[in-house]
Amino acid sequence: MSELAIELKGIDKSFGLVHANRNINLKVRKGTIHGIIGENGAGKSTLMSILYGFYQADYGDIIIDGKTIKIRDPNAAIAAGIGMVHQHFMLVENFTVLENIMLGAEESQILNAGITKARAELKRLEKEYALEVDPDAVIEELPVGIQQRVEILKALYRKADILILDEPTGVLTPAEADHLFRILRQLKDEGKTVLLITHKLREIMAITDEVSVMRRGEMVATRTTKDTSVEELAELMVGRRVLLRVEKGEAKPADVKLSVKNLTVRDGRGVTMVDDVSFDIRAGEIVGIAGVAGNGQSELLEAISGIRRAKSGTVLLSGREIDVTGNADPADLRRRGLAHVPEDRHHVGLVLKFEESENAILGYHDDPKYRRGMLLDVDAIRADAEAKIAAYDIRPPNPRLKTANFSGGNQQKIVLAREMERNPDVLIIGQPTRGVDVGAIEFIHKRIIEMRDQGKAVLLVSVELDEIRALSDRILVMFAGRVVGERTPDATEGELGLLMAGVEGRKEAAE
Amino acid sequence: MDVFQVFIELAQSTVRLSTPLILAALAGLFTERAGIFDIGLEGKMLGAAFAAGCVAYISQSVYMGLLAAVLVSVLLSLVHGYASITQRGSQIVSGVAINFVVAGSTVILGEAWFRQGGRTPALSADGRFGTVTLPFADAVRDVPILGPLYSGLLSGHSPLTYLAFLMVPVSWWILYRTRFGLRLRAVGENPGAVDTAGISVIWLRYRGVICCGILCGIAGAYLSLAAGAGFTKGMTAGKGYIALAALIFAKWRPKNILFACLLFGFLDAFAIRYQGYAFPLIGKVPVQLMQALPYILTVILLAGFIGKAIPPKAGGVPYVKER
Repeated sequence: MSELAIELKGIDKSFGLVHANRNINLKVRKGTIHGIIGENGAGKSTLMSILYGFYQADYGDIIIDGKTIKIRDPNAAIAAGIGMVHQHFMLVENFTVLENIMLGAEESQILNAGITKARAELKRLEKEYALEVDPDAVIEELPVGIQQRVEILKALYRKADILILDEPTGVLTPAEADHLFRILRQLKDEGKTVLLITHKLREIMAITDEVSVMRRGEMVATRTTKDTSVEELAELMVGRRVLLRVEKGEAKPADVKLSVKNLTVRDGRGVTMVDDVSFDIRAGEIVGIAGVAGNGQSELLEAISGIRRAKSGTVLLSGREIDVTGNADPADLRRRGLAHVPEDRHHVGLVLKFEESENAILGYHDDPKYRRGMLLDVDAIRADAEAKIAAYDIRPPNPRLKTANFSGGNQQKIVLAREMERNPDVLIIGQPTRGVDVGAIEFIHKRIIEMRDQGKAVLLVSVELDEIRALSDRILVMFAGRVVGERTPDATEGELGLLMAGVEGRKEAAE
Repeated sequence: MDVFQVFIELAQSTVRLSTPLILAALAGLFTERAGIFDIGLEGKMLGAAFAAGCVAYISQSVYMGLLAAVLVSVLLSLVHGYASITQRGSQIVSGVAINFVVAGSTVILGEAWFRQGGRTPALSADGRFGTVTLPFADAVRDVPILGPLYSGLLSGHSPLTYLAFLMVPVSWWILYRTRFGLRLRAVGENPGAVDTAGISVIWLRYRGVICCGILCGIAGAYLSLAAGAGFTKGMTAGKGYIALAALIFAKWRPKNILFACLLFGFLDAFAIRYQGYAFPLIGKVPVQLMQALPYILTVILLAGFIGKAIPPKAGGVPYVKER
């Protein structure tokens, strides 16, 4: 018996010119929860994919439970007792829970015999780990928290002793995340080893025993969690000191700039996604909308920015009505001082195949300063792009580079630079730091506060509760298309969490 | 002629005309459930019919003909599989290419080898699949109602017809009651789930494609060795596409496939029987309209009467591991 569940020695992996993992050494003790933290693109996912047999390392050894083994495919990983819960669930959506759990572990050519056995084994596992699910429920009808439970059960069914979870809380409400952590602690008590991949420092501090930090493909440090701090880990991740708390002064709200009244929006299927929502935003304040993804925030943003037609309601921009139920024209709204940083920068905010400079003026290309008659003034556009690159520290500083080749954080800065530099009255921002590195997050947060201090009205939508709390002057919580409560930023996470889960809000509405 | 007699005859010809549709639609079921769309059912059937005609004539053995049909069809399936699974090409382009290549080359080869205008030499009655007479069929023929039903409708078909109808429950059983079926359905929905479960996505999809080849081969052999007596050019006449329509109409389910194919077969049988017939009130319907009827109804049915047909989610998309 070895003390170590996993030992990696000198793991090295390149994809073409990208050196994704450099000489990685890692020791994970048995029966612990071990966190691996790092920015996007630091090589965490690659390393885990190597451990699960998706890729083979170019060099290096994997030692599981004291034995050096080759993991050529997921089968070998499963045989070695490794189970993985992927960030995007690997479930067949129109299969039942039982079928998903059996898939690949059916035991015999004909299903019937296996089904009975699987059902019994599943019952046992459910009881042992308090992971209740209905084995005959169809996956697509289950909430994501339960789907994740099925993924964990899948691994346990295959007798996994080592469980890898890749960014498991991204899709969960705070309450669901807490429940997941309880499950993980219990797995640890049963002697399982848990490897938790995340970029959220708070989770690492809350649940892990040890934590390893990755940066640019290298393993830069391993710490015992109770002897380290959020500040130290952040510094290790980024390679320099990072300000985690956003510093901001008192808001000085002035006139109402954006006024939303009784807005109702339906999606393509006719389902009401935004249900009679009203709020005002004043110049010089940030209003944050908190909520679990899919509770109408996206549709709200789209309706206000003129991308999606609303069913009913009115929106006033600087006192003038926007025709949200008719033909609101996004280009016209931009001219009237509304800037929009869309939630999905890959599909809405940018054309990834364009050069950086082309994206830097996307949607503003008919502005006379970028034109020479009917033609684009390429020199002016490049000069403009270079100025923004300098001001927003976009790297690499090359306006002719294809946008797809920038990292997530730099892509986001391209969008922010484009929208913020127009000097709008109202700025609507969706998920400003989704898929963005810690270093860039700090920069983006500062810029948003600066916009506020310049007297802009800012509407902020984010699924990151920390971000909402750090930036907003007022917080609205959306659940099932309705605003279920308004809080100040010093509201506790638990209080907001209950609202986001729709628990408190219903009571409040009833009272 | 009395109504009952007409019914028996229509029903029997419906069964005959449905046979290749059922086989081809089940063929499509296996590949499409694995996530590989196949518009090349038509080409595979045609190639198989040609191979069956040639080999059955030369070897004087109907079974060698059937074997050749299956081989050619599986080979064409593997070409489609190589293009769309291994090379991750467009499944539609690959399927269309197969249809064109087969439509042209069967005529050229047929003409070069047999010099009969692209047909293969006519087969004698012994060189084709005969009909199976079920036990006591002759004895009960005169029993009212049940007699004609048994000896006229159930008895007297080609063995391939019985095989086709048998394949419906067999396909259901394979898809829903075996490990292979579970995995096949999974790979058409979410190949990532199959891959992470330690199962080879590529090999599984190839197996789906091979199943398709075998069934398409039998369908083709039926055309030239049972329904006809040798190969004639373009003899599939769009049956591959009708089978595809039936597959969609049936929402990719074996039981529904049976009914969809019987319906299309019936439309065909009806059109053939009532060509040139003067209907009461309407009068004589032009031959062309009668021939077009199955296709017109196909369009109407597919456009309006089946509700939402949700294809396998990963269908048509080559599997690439993330990154």
